[in-house]
Amino acid sequence: MKKRIEQEEVRYIAHLARLQLSKEEEIKFARQLGKILEYVEKLKEVDVSDTAPTFHVLPLFNVWRKDKTGVSLSQEDALSNAPAKRRGHFQVPRVI
Amino acid sequence: MNLPFLPAHTLHKLLKKKEISVREIVTALFDRIEKVESKIKAFLYLDKEGALKQADEWDRRIAQGDKLGSLTGIPIAIKDIICIRKIETTCASRILKGFVPPYSATVIRKLSRAGMIIIGKTNLDEFAMGSSTENSAFQTTRNPWDLETIPGGSSGGSTAAVAAGEVTLALGSDTGGSIRQPASLCGVVGLKPTYGRVSRYGLIAFASSLDQIGPITRDVRDCTSLLQIISGPDKMDSTCLNCPVPDYSQALIPHLKNMRIGLPREYLISGIEKEVRERIMEAVEILKDLGAQVEEISLPHTPYAVATYYLIATAEASSNLARYDGVGYGHRTPEKTRLIEMYKKSRQEGFGNEVKRRIMLGTYVLSKGYYEDYYGRAQRVRTLIRQDFDLAFEKVEAIVTPTSPSVAFRVGEKTDDPLQMYLSDIFTISANLAGIAGISLPCGLGRDNLPVGLQILGKPLSEPTILRVAYAYEQATRWTEKLTLPQELSDDRVSK
Repeated sequence: MKKRIEQEEVRYIAHLARLQLSKEEEIKFARQLGKILEYVEKLKEVDVSDTAPTFHVLPLFNVWRKDKTGVSLSQEDALSNAPAKRRGHFQVPRVI
Repeated sequence: MNLPFLPAHTLHKLLKKKEISVREIVTALFDRIEKVESKIKAFLYLDKEGALKQADEWDRRIAQGDKLGSLTGIPIAIKDIICIRKIETTCASRILKGFVPPYSATVIRKLSRAGMIIIGKTNLDEFAMGSSTENSAFQTTRNPWDLETIPGGSSGGSTAAVAAGEVTLALGSDTGGSIRQPASLCGVVGLKPTYGRVSRYGLIAFASSLDQIGPITRDVRDCTSLLQIISGPDKMDSTCLNCPVPDYSQALIPHLKNMRIGLPREYLISGIEKEVRERIMEAVEILKDLGAQVEEISLPHTPYAVATYYLIATAEASSNLARYDGVGYGHRTPEKTRLIEMYKKSRQEGFGNEVKRRIMLGTYVLSKGYYEDYYGRAQRVRTLIRQDFDLAFEKVEAIVTPTSPSVAFRVGEKTDDPLQMYLSDIFTISANLAGIAGISLPCGLGRDNLPVGLQILGKPLSEPTILRVAYAYEQATRWTEKLTLPQELSDDRVSK
């Protein structure tokens, strides 16, 4: 099945993904994503009606530890890579 | 003695007999790096001074009579997606340029405890997304076997460095074949452990249900020693299996009597190079000579593995990479903007093409209206792929396949066609989806005298089984010793 993705849809997905794509990227990704989605259409051949999904290969459920304070990063270390910080906080542009 | 090309176990013997010092090993490697690194471009970061300092410390301790572990004093390179405290870790991405982790990965702490010398960080496809190392934001690593070809990926820096004699051992990470495929293309040994065998704490996440760290080495014995050191439970990673690590060296038996090995018929069909197929069939004959019973098996859902993988891996990646928002760390746009625009611009400027493409695909398949059709369906097919292996491993103990359908391809050959690039992982991807163990080791030369890799797969926690098959095969063929680099890079390689 031919799979088409419109540029408008690419722009919407980019918004969800928080990416500011250029015009050229929108055109290129529309084409490339269409081609990849066309390829993955082949999964539709498989009957999965009686098959449960695998989210994880391990038979793991909740892994608990004792609720005790351990060693963690210092405030200084946690902030050491911040592009902008102020008085011990991460700083972001104005929100409102 | 040509120290850069000796395996760790040989260096260990020489250290033990006090015929060489750790400093001599480190110096020999940096001499070699000086000679070839400008051609190979395997490293993003090198620390000669730090390595020599560690070397002197271990020489002093050895002189004092400290116990010499199997890899004490052995140099290692780390794929630049594994955090080392106070050393820049970039994932070969502009978005993490300048990021200096405030902590070390569990594997790094284990290596340090074992007395290993970390000499540098190696190049990769940005965030491990790729099969050629061409997606690095910083440089293109070349395959030492032919500088016009790619080393494979995404751990191409690590495999090229080992193959070129720039380092003795390396760590890589494998999400869809990123250790095994470049190991195959560079003619070295690479192992992807069972999911959960090695802690992922400090491994920067790409697809969390698929990622594993593993060893890249010159031969199978070294692979065994390095796996021994990095394996085991870790309270910092709740997906790390809480079960004891066996003594892997017990697996190094040079025969395969009573071993049952499967050859999946779906892996030897279309799209595979003639020479690759020939080398694999020759390897099968050798496995038989070693006492193995080889039978044809079927993994019927193999044709769906690549599609399944690219839906699951990109979905997980789109969620994992949401953390790069220009707030806590990493690149922030210099433009003055409001918050949402700051996120968008920072990510746009920081991520490369392939990463954006995968974030887009992952976001699309998780979005409303498409989730069940794409991601949900892929999760179900993943179950069928696992069940194929479960059934196969009721009949056989190990499965052999080619690691890659072709030898190393040329730089630039597949960069414009993402789908073609994805298909180069066709034989390695299933192991990640099923969470099983796999190793690739050299099995001769193919087209243009480039290395071919033999992949051996085993059920979860069967590392001893696949190491045994690999070791017996290696001992019988001695490929890992016989393969020598072409003249251009082998000038100073003398016989051992």
